[in-house]
Amino acid sequence: MKRAKNLLVVNRRKLITGGLATAGGLLLAGCTSKELPPTYGNILRMGDVLTYKAFRTLLPARSLAREYTHADITSSPAIGTWNPADPHQSAYNAERGSHYDRLRAAAFSDWRLTVSGKVGRPRSFSLAQLKAMPARTQITKHTCEEGWSAISEWTGVPLRSVLEAAGMLPSARFVNFFAYDDIAEGIDMFDALHPQTILAYGMNGRDLPMGHGAPLRLRVETQLGYKSVKFLERIVVKDEFDDLGKIGSLQNGWSWYVGI
Amino acid sequence: MSGHVFAPAAAHPRTVRGLHWFLAASVLTLMFSGFVILMAHPRLYWGKTGNDLTPAIIELPIGRNYKHGGWVGEMRTYDIFNKNGWARSLHFLAAWFLVLTGLVYLAWGIGSGHLWTHIIPRMRDFSPQRIREDFRKHLHLSALRVTGGLPYGIIQKLTYGLVLLIALPLMVLTGLTMSPAVTAAHPGLLDLFGGSQSARTIHFIVFAALVLFVIIHVSMVVLTGFKRQIRSMTIGG
Repeated sequence: MKRAKNLLVVNRRKLITGGLATAGGLLLAGCTSKELPPTYGNILRMGDVLTYKAFRTLLPARSLAREYTHADITSSPAIGTWNPADPHQSAYNAERGSHYDRLRAAAFSDWRLTVSGKVGRPRSFSLAQLKAMPARTQITKHTCEEGWSAISEWTGVPLRSVLEAAGMLPSARFVNFFAYDDIAEGIDMFDALHPQTILAYGMNGRDLPMGHGAPLRLRVETQLGYKSVKFLERIVVKDEFDDLGKIGSLQNGWSWYVGI
Repeated sequence: MSGHVFAPAAAHPRTVRGLHWFLAASVLTLMFSGFVILMAHPRLYWGKTGNDLTPAIIELPIGRNYKHGGWVGEMRTYDIFNKNGWARSLHFLAAWFLVLTGLVYLAWGIGSGHLWTHIIPRMRDFSPQRIREDFRKHLHLSALRVTGGLPYGIIQKLTYGLVLLIALPLMVLTGLTMSPAVTAAHPGLLDLFGGSQSARTIHFIVFAALVLFVIIHVSMVVLTGFKRQIRSMTIGG
């Protein structure tokens, strides 16, 4: 929260000199800070970090993504993984996939979301426990990096409530999400504590369909679609940046921050 | 002023000579990476949203995913037509160069009076006689061959003015209107362009216009003396 507050104070001179210093520092020395995504010495990743820093400096912390009305809801293609248990998917892990299949067969009654890492009370949540928490429903636009978009109604529990229920520590900086289709993504606290960042179990007034990530998916309304991880298995809170290895976006050549 | 027409061309100002190549490099990189991004989803819509399951206003037969209702659910993320991983990052890296170059140009152009003196057309530029003369020169390329550099005729002023002061800022704004983070902070952009998909379509139409500009621009450089034109835009004189 301290970080977010500092970001609200935008001074043009500080911003320009800060931006130039950041750009210069990135281009000359590469980035070694554990608070920023690594660049691996790759100029594209340096540009990504510049965009990330600039957005965090220039954009106000608490602005909400536009919310729409029921009349605006559109059809929404379910792309990426349709079913984590199907080996013919772009992302697949046999062990996790078959585990998912068993959980789905039991209508996710045995499914648990575990929250660990930099939290005071590591714990897991059943679907019923999450649904018992205060919910947020929002009609928002999903923007895919491919260029298309769709408006849907999402119902879920704010990520912030779940992190607070697990006793998130003040040193926490990043929240990483791991899914049954062997995909992982991370976001910073700026997006993690955003009021519209929710763990959604409902879509358009019904349970989340499998193609859209049943039983629980992340919704990050201030970033592109691939940040909104489907088929959630566990959440890990970290105090430094983790590129999540081969199942994360960075090592597959994709920008970690996709606010644009 | 017409006395200048057959006089030796004045050199381009040093700032223009430098910034021109920064701009050229970033625009060409943006065009290339933008085209690669477009190939992932070569369907254009109007309004707030649009996707494979909604009708498009333009379906471009480039890439694979251009037909209504087609290709939903198949693996496509690592397909040859979805190279957005690097294309998007390259696009935004080049966009930073474009924005910085543009800001330096605007600051210098306003401060030095270059924009007002040489780019923005004046009422007197629109006299039928001048327009006719400028068209005649463009139709008879031999008359253009001896000029190059400043001052610009009415056709050049209008073209460069449109590209620098209208098209490129419009590209930046429509580009930002596709950003979920930027539109959360500045939802007015969504209203300005009638939704992020409209902004995307305008982004494409202006892209097409800029491609046309680059083709004509380079053709004119070649037809009016490539070597001399390149010299006047690099070392000057």
